[in-house]
Amino acid sequence: MKKITPAKAGTYTVLTFWALTTLYPFVWVILNSFRERGLIRKDSFSVPLPGSGFTMGNYEKAMERFDFGNAYANSLIVSIAVTIAVVLIAGFAAYGLVRFRFRLRGLCYSLIMAGMMFPVFSTIIPVFRMEAAWGIASSGNRWLSLLAVILPQIAGNLCFAIIVLMGFIESVPMELEESAYMDGCNVFQVYFHIIMPAAKSSFATVAIFSFLWSYNDLFTQNFFLRVPREKTITLLLNEISSQAGVDYGLMAASVVLIVVPVLFVYVALQKHIIKGLTAGAVKG
Amino acid sequence: MGPTLYRKKAPLVAFLLPAFVFLILFLYYPFVQNIINSFSHINGLGAPAQGLNDPWYVNYATLFADPKLRTALGNTVLLTLCTVVFQVGIALILALLVDSIRVGAQLFRTLYFFPIVISATALGLMFNLIFLYNGGMLNQLLVNLGIAAENIDWKDPDHFLFTMFAPVMWQYVGFYFVILVTGLNNISQDLYEAAALDGCTGFKRVRYVTLPLLRNVLCTCLVLAITGALKVFDLPWVMFGAGMPQDQGWLTGTYMYDQTFNRGNVDYGSTIAILIVVLGVLFSNIANRVFKPRDDI
Repeated sequence: MKKITPAKAGTYTVLTFWALTTLYPFVWVILNSFRERGLIRKDSFSVPLPGSGFTMGNYEKAMERFDFGNAYANSLIVSIAVTIAVVLIAGFAAYGLVRFRFRLRGLCYSLIMAGMMFPVFSTIIPVFRMEAAWGIASSGNRWLSLLAVILPQIAGNLCFAIIVLMGFIESVPMELEESAYMDGCNVFQVYFHIIMPAAKSSFATVAIFSFLWSYNDLFTQNFFLRVPREKTITLLLNEISSQAGVDYGLMAASVVLIVVPVLFVYVALQKHIIKGLTAGAVKG
Repeated sequence: MGPTLYRKKAPLVAFLLPAFVFLILFLYYPFVQNIINSFSHINGLGAPAQGLNDPWYVNYATLFADPKLRTALGNTVLLTLCTVVFQVGIALILALLVDSIRVGAQLFRTLYFFPIVISATALGLMFNLIFLYNGGMLNQLLVNLGIAAENIDWKDPDHFLFTMFAPVMWQYVGFYFVILVTGLNNISQDLYEAAALDGCTGFKRVRYVTLPLLRNVLCTCLVLAITGALKVFDLPWVMFGAGMPQDQGWLTGTYMYDQTFNRGNVDYGSTIAILIVVLGVLFSNIANRVFKPRDDI
């Protein structure tokens, strides 16, 4: 049998304590989302069982009062469009910057590095005014409004994505590309048939952080999406928090409806997600 | 002498053009326009600018005289300091502990990182429930355990800073934890063995072997934490809205949003945005200078 030293026990105690702080709040919210109204105040820690406070009513009310389906659809449309566009555009730019030698290369690179420094606060007002002048922003049309969010979100993720992809494309050996070219491939075929498959995992990384940033962003979405049927999941939640008042069960149920799908995706893809979101901070 | 494949420069245009069209339209041009806006007179988000302000620097003068902005700045600076000390500090302790165990390390990593993928809006709503005055998790826990005699109003002027900062810091501990653990894994086991031969173990080993070798990774974390703290918006906005309680709860981000959107002070909002950029450049320069990465290790 292995010996358990006091130091080891202490280590596990501290680690478990922090794990509880990240896990227990979610468990607490899930428990209370099934609790009958009014019982939260008396005892929020017990497990609600049928006959002693268990109810599905909070979920029924949440689905009835708020259009979760529509909000999910809007969120997915925005985030998927942003992800695809960022991967395509950033991949192209990173490839061009890594493989070609040209005069303005240094300038282009500096511009991209500088682009990472602009916080969204400093560009959002002119972007809104420009898109309003184009007739995309606050037009009242759902699709145009979603487009109005998608465009600046693409730009906001591009610089970081290009920097991350450049690092990976650099490490692809060039001999393969050269021989493909000898076999009659043009540059675009080389990119799609050699570079993209070779740097597959880094493209996945970029896709994941673009998706999550876009999906979780409140600031940009709050600027452009004002009408109920344009609302995304984050905006719907924001609305619920101001409308639910003292109906805590309804709030808890809404939080669960938002968190649980993300939880499943996270458990399934956690390795890629953790790598994706810490990319750029650590090499390799 | 590059490979023949990349001698022809014509395809380059196709590769770079889409990215730079986006960046110019949605990043560089708005950034410059934002500077111009801060000197102009604009009444509404959709309204055209009505010429320059009189005097042209009036927004910047207001910036220095605005007590709410001073509050926002103070809170933001405090949040940045707390982030550096607690967020990175807790992450470092957890990373060192996890590095010393074998069983369960992967599980802890998964659990610690989880809050980062949840939108700050959902977390804000969740923390609103946890910090509720009547029936919130924290109050029930404290009263049941006998730590507090009665319910605490977590959003009153005495407690709101903790209530606002704790969730922000809590959410991102796992992020720095993962970065630090990766850094720890890169430290060669031979060095530890050599240190053990010299009688260097436990805390001594952490102090004289691990921390110096982790220096560069730690610097990266600190710079990221500082620049991240300046961008905080979602969680405080969902939990506190416009400057609660009594105009004491502003951050630079929430104040900028409120001025622009709710008060129609578009040009003043642009000016605050510029202040945020200046702060960001200033803070990250200071951080880079103080925690300069070293090549000799």
